[in-house]
Amino acid sequence: MNQAADLPIWAALLIAIFLLIGAGLTLIGSFGFYRLRSFYDRIHAPTLGTSWGTAGIVIASIIYFSVVESRLVLYQLLIGAFVIVTTPVTLILLSRAALYRDRAENSPDVPPLDVLPLAPSENPSRTSNPEKAPITAHNNTHIGEK
Amino acid sequence: MSAAILFWAVTIAQVALAIAMALALIRIIRGPRAQDRVLGLDTLYCNAMLLMLVFGIRTSNSLYFEVSLIIAALGFVATVALAKFLMRGEVIE
Repeated sequence: MNQAADLPIWAALLIAIFLLIGAGLTLIGSFGFYRLRSFYDRIHAPTLGTSWGTAGIVIASIIYFSVVESRLVLYQLLIGAFVIVTTPVTLILLSRAALYRDRAENSPDVPPLDVLPLAPSENPSRTSNPEKAPITAHNNTHIGEK
Repeated sequence: MSAAILFWAVTIAQVALAIAMALALIRIIRGPRAQDRVLGLDTLYCNAMLLMLVFGIRTSNSLYFEVSLIIAALGFVATVALAKFLMRGEVIE
């Protein structure tokens, strides 16, 4: 807070607004994470903190350091970009792991794995190479004509 | 005047982030299953990272930025490894 007295008042107001938006949204997200009932509800709540919570605090930090150092400081965007890229990856992996664990226990809360299991005759056409698929189809029609 | 505005905003933001970390910690302790605890750890990491950014604004020191970047990277790796462990039973196979 040693250089904070030199700040113009519009910068202080902007920093305060973005800080309060970011911290408040993070608090709301964590409260939802504490409060909601099932895991699949709870996995949505902390993303409030990782989307606009992080963005608000990063914008406040960019404004503060840009005004204090009187040049454009943008390195906080690195954290914002990193969090925005990595949060969906971790949450997809975690929700797939949770779904796998619930299905392994035959939990009634999650849908089963395959509603309509594949017939065995469909499997080679699904898994075959798409370049080879017209050839086999042609062979099949050729055999059929005979 | 601007120092007072900034001081109170930073203080309120720090208290809010500390309460958010406490709520995530309660969920880690109480969480009925393992995936709740892993998600709580992820939330705790993210809140600690934001708290470090607010510390950087408070002390006007850009050293805290690197601390929060390291916390973000470690949190990502830890959550991915724990989710992989929950899914497969081992991390590297």
